[in-house]
Amino acid sequence: MSLYYVQKLLYQLNRDPRVRERFEKDRDEVLRDYELTDEEIAAIRKPDIGLLYVMGVNGQILMHYAAMCGYEWKEYIEAMREGIRKHGPVRAGLYAMVDGKGAV
Amino acid sequence: MSLVFAGVCSHAPGITGRAHMADPALRDGFYASLERMREALEAAKPDALIVVAAEHFANFFMNNMPAYCIGMGAHYEGPIEDEKWLGIRHTRVPGYPDLSRRIIREVMQTVDTAYAEEWKFDHGIMVPLHFLTPRYDLPIIPVNINCQGPPLTPLHRAWEFGRALRRAAEAVPERIALVGTGGISHWPATPDSGKINEEWDREFLDRFINDRRDEMISYTDEETYRDGGQGGFEIRTFIAVAGATEGKKGELWYYAPIPIFAVGCTVAVKEV
Repeated sequence: MSLYYVQKLLYQLNRDPRVRERFEKDRDEVLRDYELTDEEIAAIRKPDIGLLYVMGVNGQILMHYAAMCGYEWKEYIEAMREGIRKHGPVRAGLYAMVDGKGAV
Repeated sequence: MSLVFAGVCSHAPGITGRAHMADPALRDGFYASLERMREALEAAKPDALIVVAAEHFANFFMNNMPAYCIGMGAHYEGPIEDEKWLGIRHTRVPGYPDLSRRIIREVMQTVDTAYAEEWKFDHGIMVPLHFLTPRYDLPIIPVNINCQGPPLTPLHRAWEFGRALRRAAEAVPERIALVGTGGISHWPATPDSGKINEEWDREFLDRFINDRRDEMISYTDEETYRDGGQGGFEIRTFIAVAGATEGKKGELWYYAPIPIFAVGCTVAVKEV
């Protein structure tokens, strides 16, 4: 698990147009700059927004990546719900603080 | 001079970005209260407005996360979000670096705040400014309390930070207004987005309005997360305002859960 680097990459994609430009040209080249597991790389590449949420990515970071990938707001919310159904409770980070299942 | 105005309000991006989707009666009542706050703020004739906010990874990340940061820029840019998504045009907001420097120096007598000469505003500051200083002509001093990436500053320190802001406001000749902006309970950007714990919110607001310090700083982060969600951590911004107005009563001008805005929409003021 390297939640920190998953979030760092998504944060930089959100905030730095140069990182986003590099990512759009050559994803692998950018992904090599971060310490990521194979599962994390696959989730970012797909993108599997639900799995990224279950991994523990903060929604305030994830929502921007989802928007960048073309998700409408309702699709983004549904993707996270589907992530929990498919992959189980949130594994790490802030949302794992209670039971990782969320409030609904 | 002194603190000439103090209040708190919500800042959720839906307030502007999803305005067309809200119940008009609720939305218009909330907007009217924000307008009332703008009028009160203007009537106080401030030279600058300190906005105590809880940013959402706009400037700060877990590689170097300050518990507290105060802006010292000549100007600021915002919003960082898509203009259409947020419903607020990108703009430049004036700062007041000399005043910031004096405020920061005084705050540092008791609280080790970070400072920043560059700062991009996200919805956390832009939504309040959109309503409170719509012409963007009042110098802003942005303040951030980390409410996103734990470990978070303890609540009693947020109170002390507010007291330090008060002392700093009293130490400068300018007229200072203070607005805190945050939750209260909400689960933003999660599968539970739209959930609002009205009972928890009203209890917190009662503590805020009635200057019940010990009860306001008694929440553990676990309790806050359970009852108020991740967004509940933003009570720190309200607590800072309460610390800055210690000993004074407040008045709740508006509270209503508006689920499409994903927060219990709040406008409150405190005596200064």
